[in-house]
Amino acid sequence: MENQTLSRRSFFNRLWTLLGTLAFAELIALLIIYFKPRKSRTAATNQDAIIIAGSVDSFEPGTVTAFVRGKFYLARLDDGGFLALSRSCTHLSCTVPWVSGKNRFICPCHSSEFDIRGDVISPPAPRALDLYPVAIENNVIRVNATRPERRSEYAADQIVYPGKT
Amino acid sequence: MSPARQICVNYLVPDSIIARRISDTNILNILQRIRLSIFPGNQATESEPNDSRKYLHSFLLHFRPATVPERSLKLSLTWGLGGMAAVLVFVLFATGLMLKFVYQPSPGAAYDSIAYLNTQVPFGQLVRNLHRWGANGLVFISFLHFLRVFYTGAFVAPRQFNWLIGLTLFAAIVLSNFTGYLLPWDQQAYWAVTISTSMLDYIPWVGTGLKEGILGGSEPGKATLMNFYAIHTAILPALLLFFLPFHFWRIRKAGGLVIPRSAAEPPDIRGAEVNTMPNLIAREVTMALVLLAVLLILSMLLNAPLADQANPGLSPNPTKAPWYFMGIQELLMHFHPLYALLVIPLLLVFGLLSLPYISYEVETAGVWFASVKGRKMALVAVVLATAATVASVWLDEFVINSGLSSTPGMTANGLLPFAFVLTACAGFYILMKRGFKASNNEAIQALFTLLMTAFVVVTVIGIWFRGAGMQLMWAG
Ligand code: HEM
Ligand code: FES
Repeated sequence: MENQTLSRRSFFNRLWTLLGTLAFAELIALLIIYFKPRKSRTAATNQDAIIIAGSVDSFEPGTVTAFVRGKFYLARLDDGGFLALSRSCTHLSCTVPWVSGKNRFICPCHSSEFDIRGDVISPPAPRALDLYPVAIENNVIRVNATRPERRSEYAADQIVYPGKT
Repeated sequence: MSPARQICVNYLVPDSIIARRISDTNILNILQRIRLSIFPGNQATESEPNDSRKYLHSFLLHFRPATVPERSLKLSLTWGLGGMAAVLVFVLFATGLMLKFVYQPSPGAAYDSIAYLNTQVPFGQLVRNLHRWGANGLVFISFLHFLRVFYTGAFVAPRQFNWLIGLTLFAAIVLSNFTGYLLPWDQQAYWAVTISTSMLDYIPWVGTGLKEGILGGSEPGKATLMNFYAIHTAILPALLLFFLPFHFWRIRKAGGLVIPRSAAEPPDIRGAEVNTMPNLIAREVTMALVLLAVLLILSMLLNAPLADQANPGLSPNPTKAPWYFMGIQELLMHFHPLYALLVIPLLLVFGLLSLPYISYEVETAGVWFASVKGRKMALVAVVLATAATVASVWLDEFVINSGLSSTPGMTANGLLPFAFVLTACAGFYILMKRGFKASNNEAIQALFTLLMTAFVVVTVIGIWFRGAGMQLMWAG
């Protein structure tokens, strides 16, 4: 008798603990979902998702052009290929300016340096500058500025060349 | 008489007294009646005209016992630091509420509303200065309070849990300061928050998610300002309002402050008791008034800075984290981010949390620096840590890495120097304990001193010895 009531009690205690834990986990999940960054909260940047940068011929080889609205640089390499480089330093996210006199990006915050392809010349930056996808159709360059893609260093297949038309 | 009846009778007695009092109030004028309604305990009659002071006193004494040990009133126990922190919290609530009536938390309006406050609102700049200097003062003073509590051995039983509450308060204060820093939305704020939150990116697995959760996106923007505003003006104040009374209540529960004594005196010494009013209250009010005067003068002389409006396209040079994060930023220059941002801070926090739960060989509560020997050992630790920290920053900068570091591998820049530092700390502990034939109280205190000094030194280097491009230099 005594034993039975005890075990029933402990059964309910366990049940409550289980239900309580579940409810708590649910609450946490709810909070996480509620506070996750939402599209609508960052809407302003999303309208600029696809940026039409211009025609291929308007960019000289070996130059870098800043796009303030898309927060990227369009670099045309000497061989005519294109890269859209994020302007955020991979060290601690300062905005890196292109110093054309020295032909490199130099971060004002902790002096990381990057070459025209975004590769690190001088640390503390740990990775090459992030890339945005570039598409060239009918000689018009479009950059998808939604989300930068990480890379550890420059590789030849990252370059986008104008179609041979 | 049965117990039940007795309760009945006891219950009746105060009733009759109350009934008499109500009839008595008919002879009072309206002001006296109002006062009686607020302080119903006693009535001030003409025969005891000074009684009204008692009500005031009993109000001030809410958190206090009626008497306190005379010894604990000594300035050289507390230096008034906890009280100063409490006064500053009060000033911050008052001025913060005033700022809330002018400030607009959106990227388009925030900067202008602060500029408007500075130039158009009478005393607006002063209120902002009080809030800014009070907030920085609070970080500084609560750090000193933390040191005094440690060095007077006031963190062991029965004050263990209050040490943890204190650490929570300190975390809340630093976070308040950091979230408040962004609100003016000027260049300084925007970039300080950018680089401080980007540090999270280096924490494996969860770092980027954490950063984007805090920012409400991948870089500071509208959502960030909303998040920080809610945390700064609702969540953290609520936390403080909960934990501060908790902190004070635990002091009472511990039977008051530790009793300062010399190592020769027994640990349970208590000495004479004196009335809290006026002995403690008068000291606290004096301290509060002096602090308020200093803060006011400072706020009249020195304006809180407001740089240009935030511009995501242009990072100023140099861009620095807020001063209380400079130690971490400096660590980041020398250690792999995983160690600078995760391993080392976690280890330190864990150490601080467990300090009160270590078992100590000697009871040193109330003795400054545990003993005369403890003081000497602490001094050795300060000198050693200062020299070693400056030397290793210099070596790392000009010899080992010749330039700025932190790219190369986890082992070369992370595990290796970390293992070196850890071994040095362990060696220091053992050498100190053996060399001085010290108790573990004294040796742990020396180790704590070593680490705190190193932390203060890297912070100072970060604040004053890093210039443009974060190059090491020899003056501001
Ligand atoms: C908002 C921040 C804080 C406020 C307003 C505050 C306030 C106070 C006050 C008024 C006292 C009375 C004695 C004195 O003035 O020293 C006190 C004592 C104490 N505080 Fe704090 N404190 C804060 C933060 C901290 C921190 C960061 C710690 C340590 C981690 C801490 C641990 C303690 C302990 C253990 C005592 C009891 C000391 C004793 O019995 O002698 N407090 N605090
Ligand atoms: S943010 Fe660019 S070097 Fe630190």
